[in-house]
Amino acid sequence: MKHISFAKLLLASACIAAPMAFAAPLQAATPANMLVIANRIDDITSVDPAEIFEFAGSDMARNIYDKLVMFDPLHLEKGYGPGLAESWTISEDGKTFTFKMRKGIKFHSGNPVTARDAAWSLQRAVILKMTPSFILTQFGFNKDNAKEVIKAVDDETLVITTDKKYATSFVLNCLTATIGGIIDSKLAMEHEKDGDMGHDWLKTHTAGSGAFTLKVWKPNESYTLDRVDGYWRGNVAMKRVIVRHIPESATQRLLLEKGDIDVARNLSPEDMAAVAAKDGLAVDKELRGRIMYFAMNQKDPILSKPKVRTAMKYLADYDGMVNSFLKGQYAVHQAFLPRTYMGELADKPYKLDIAKAKSLLAEAGYADGFKVEMIVRNAQERVEIAQSLQNTFAKAGIKSTIQTGTGKQILGIYRARKHQIYVGAWGPDYPDPHTNADTFASNPDNRDEAKLTGKLAWRNSWDIPEMTKETKAAVQETDRDKRAAMYVKIQKEHQKTSPFAIMFQKIEPLGRRANVKNFVMGGAISAAYYWKVTK
Amino acid sequence: MTSAIEETELERRTNASPLPRILKNLTGSVLSIALTMIGLLAVTFIIGRVMPIDPVLAVVGDKASKEVYDAAYKAMGLDRPLLVQFLIYLKDVATGNFGVSTLTARPVAEDIARVFPATLELATIATLLGVVIGVPAGVIAAIKKGSWIDQLIRLVGLFGYSMPVFWLGLMGLLIFYGKLDWVAGPGRVDVFYDDIVPYVTGMILIDSLLAGEFDIFFNAISHIILPAFLLGYYSLAYISRMTRSFMLEQLGQEYITTARVKGLSEFTVIWKHGLRNVMVPLITVIALSYAALLEGSVLTESIFAWPGIGQYITIALFSADMAAVLGGTVVIGVVFIALNLFSDLLYKIVDPRAR
Amino acid sequence: MTDMSQTHHQSWRQWLTTDEPTSRRHAAIVQFYLGWLSFRSNILAMAGLIILLFLVFVWLFAPILATHDPLAQDLSLRLLPPSTEHYFGTDALGRDIYSRIVYGSGITLYIVTLVAVTAPVFGLLVGTVAGYLGGWVDTVLMRITDIFLAFPKLILALAFVSALGAGLENAVLALILTAWPPYTRIARAETLTIRNSEFIDAVRMQGAGTMHIIMRHIWPLCISSIIVRVTLDMAGVLLTAAGLGFLGLGAQPPTPEWGAMISFGRKFILDHWWVATMPGLAIFTVSLGFNLLGDGLRDLLDPKGSKS
Repeated sequence: MKHISFAKLLLASACIAAPMAFAAPLQAATPANMLVIANRIDDITSVDPAEIFEFAGSDMARNIYDKLVMFDPLHLEKGYGPGLAESWTISEDGKTFTFKMRKGIKFHSGNPVTARDAAWSLQRAVILKMTPSFILTQFGFNKDNAKEVIKAVDDETLVITTDKKYATSFVLNCLTATIGGIIDSKLAMEHEKDGDMGHDWLKTHTAGSGAFTLKVWKPNESYTLDRVDGYWRGNVAMKRVIVRHIPESATQRLLLEKGDIDVARNLSPEDMAAVAAKDGLAVDKELRGRIMYFAMNQKDPILSKPKVRTAMKYLADYDGMVNSFLKGQYAVHQAFLPRTYMGELADKPYKLDIAKAKSLLAEAGYADGFKVEMIVRNAQERVEIAQSLQNTFAKAGIKSTIQTGTGKQILGIYRARKHQIYVGAWGPDYPDPHTNADTFASNPDNRDEAKLTGKLAWRNSWDIPEMTKETKAAVQETDRDKRAAMYVKIQKEHQKTSPFAIMFQKIEPLGRRANVKNFVMGGAISAAYYWKVTK
Repeated sequence: MTSAIEETELERRTNASPLPRILKNLTGSVLSIALTMIGLLAVTFIIGRVMPIDPVLAVVGDKASKEVYDAAYKAMGLDRPLLVQFLIYLKDVATGNFGVSTLTARPVAEDIARVFPATLELATIATLLGVVIGVPAGVIAAIKKGSWIDQLIRLVGLFGYSMPVFWLGLMGLLIFYGKLDWVAGPGRVDVFYDDIVPYVTGMILIDSLLAGEFDIFFNAISHIILPAFLLGYYSLAYISRMTRSFMLEQLGQEYITTARVKGLSEFTVIWKHGLRNVMVPLITVIALSYAALLEGSVLTESIFAWPGIGQYITIALFSADMAAVLGGTVVIGVVFIALNLFSDLLYKIVDPRAR
Repeated sequence: MTDMSQTHHQSWRQWLTTDEPTSRRHAAIVQFYLGWLSFRSNILAMAGLIILLFLVFVWLFAPILATHDPLAQDLSLRLLPPSTEHYFGTDALGRDIYSRIVYGSGITLYIVTLVAVTAPVFGLLVGTVAGYLGGWVDTVLMRITDIFLAFPKLILALAFVSALGAGLENAVLALILTAWPPYTRIARAETLTIRNSEFIDAVRMQGAGTMHIIMRHIWPLCISSIIVRVTLDMAGVLLTAAGLGFLGLGAQPPTPEWGAMISFGRKFILDHWWVATMPGLAIFTVSLGFNLLGDGLRDLLDPKGSKS
């Protein structure tokens, strides 16, 4: 040790440090056939379509796996259309769906896409029973009957039989969800371990027939998709799509302004405004499916009073929030079905009306207000919404405290029905009205032991036998118009009586370089499409 | 961190024993390291279990049915007694199996091999910067004690101590990347350089050189330099303070006076004789600040989109991904203990007074 | 002060600087005064002290100094730049940042005071007991200390806070949990050098109990190095607290805690710099105050630094 003089050590360090001073920054612009997106992707925990359930993962899967029934990215409003299934017929009793497969389509491995792959993929989703499996199992599929009710008659014909008659649109809409992704069964089974139907391998690898294949996924860092030539739906301009995990809005904006990325997905309203004003950059907005609401636990003696519930709904500054810190991120919306869904209800009966709320509270016997605790996830916009509520509640004498926590912590409290007021969001799981009706307006068993944690009505201990029946009836109505009218009726009642104060629907803004065209985020019903993008 | 140095320094004075004692210490150290590690794991394990985050919920998500939930609960082994779970975990770790992360769906060891090099790279450059600037600054401050330059160095150092890192980080990014365009933005390399060089060490600076990809090397440097300077500022503040204090002690020693009397140039006296004698405690200081940086700075990593171990553990913690948290803690614990041990040994072996 | 009558013919200064003190207390006062003189001549250290006194002043007179209600929102006045109406501008919910910072001083003081009076005391206790008793007590206590020392600091704090729930009290507890081990090591090291000294032997021979020796004779000798370390650490504590606030685990909204304010303001940093910068500057100023003070105290109390 003593032979190495410190001077030499210094010299060595200097030699290493010296080139840094001369490292010239690159004037960056992304290559013309490469799309670089900044997004938060820390919710991706698997790339198996039977398991994917969060936003970023659904975006990824949408571009790798095709489904039997698919949307046209540039015409989402048209609803579902033929995908890997070229056509389908429905039996008289409405329970048997027969799909004819499109011919000549190949998986990325070169294996042909057959009805057997489709049957295997859907059976697999049912058998593996991962989180999103309820989207399929609600049709009466389960581990034991999966192989009978989902069946490939030959390479081109797939037959699916439901346990009851359901609205056709309901069944087909569910098949457009991520879980309906058709997997290359040959390739997957080559990697099967202990009868896991390739789950272990598919968690980190893909075997689809979509426009892209997953080249690499580095959790919390980035993922890269590579184009597979000869996509059956048309030309794909981007040779490579890279999605980088950039958590901060300010960072995303800097990168976008510098041309280091093409698309920024998580810009704050202020950053969005700045991007919109800049030459060479543009902003798009799409109405997404997420609903922002606050819910009052009906176990609470005060909050369970109908007049208190109504009063609370008059104590949110809907317009004030949307015109200030939520500007361009949310629209006022007060019914549980997102706009653009079948059966949507545009009525907005509530606005900030302190006098009215006060008189309602007085009628309920709380002229002087009361104390209440709100729980909220420590995400900025949610905490800001909670603070705004706290402020307007106080104007009617309601003293509220805010308890923040990580998402999982707050959900834990909510699911255990231990909250008073929960402020948070709900996103639909598949593009059919039943997805939200089932959670907001259905509670078959209100007992604690029932543990219907998936239903928001249950979480808030809201006992509604009548509405539960109506919701059930609506999902079996095959007439489209009648079905829509049923949902409107349920929502009107829900708006009046429920312990849910539905406040906003998400508008997702997107910052992009002006030359990026046809980037579709998926609206309220789907996820992002990269294959139509041009630059 | 001063404490560790102060302590070893004091021990050094009272402990004039040679080699055999060192060997005995060494076996003692190994034993106590093992105990410390087990303790570390136990504490992490307990924290993980008392946290009100449901690890099952973290895996299956909010919308899972009860059946799905119960199956996952069982698969994760949560139905067994806590002690059994811990012992199983210990056994696995002993055989090098850190388990599978529920968040990333891959072995924790593989994850750490990916995220730790990123932190290592950043911490190393930051420490180098801290040394290259901090040591000379400290020496000069000592020579010119009380002068304006001493005060200036002190003030600049204290600024470093006092600045919230996320504020400085965002401002630095805004100015040097956004406005001046001197450095590249967040991330480790530009996207189109991603995944080109083969993984050898996981550190892009080294891997790109090994692969002969100089473009990537320089690109990586322009990405790392800003966060490294930021972190380096913090360690330089500390290193310069400690250097000054060590040097002041040396400059009052007789041998310095003797050397001066012998007519050696002031430069030789200070930079050669003086600095050589403070080298050992100084290395300890550097090692400790290095260790602190290796913990990974969650905030810096978040702002610079740097996929390091700090972010990894934090995200894992918030999602109750205990295999990942435990694995990360073990790695950081080992690094910390190893660096500590290294500096302790250095004292005992190289200290002139112990010879 | 009680000795005033005996010394009324001497000037204050003479009495305070005499090298022939008349009593033990006199000697202590003289020593303190000399220390003060030397401290006062250190401009930077004085600046630190003044900053901290100013912080206390702001806290005491917050209701007078504040121009607005720190919690009052007005969405029509959001994100206004600094002006004569709003000295530091307004935040995303239209609250006056200046008033929030003024009221936030109390929270800062609360955090700092609580950590400063608990962690060092706990560390001192563990360290002196370990050092004085030695043997297996020493081994066990120091291994525990090592475990906490080897733990990533922010992770430990994060884990602790998420275990107990987010909130200011829990954040402070977490800070204490991460702050004590270094004090233990300092105290132990000092104890090791004092333990076998003659005067401790003498006290022991007089039949003093272990705890008596530790608390009455060892603690006073450790205290100066601990105090120096505490002041230097306070900046770090403040910044870690801000970090917890930044991650949403500190004080709960709408409390005007500075770290949380920066956290919420960072979203606006590119266009509305004042929202994050003003609380950032507040934290910076106070941290600097502690650092300058600690640095000055170190020069004063650290024999190595001052003798050369």
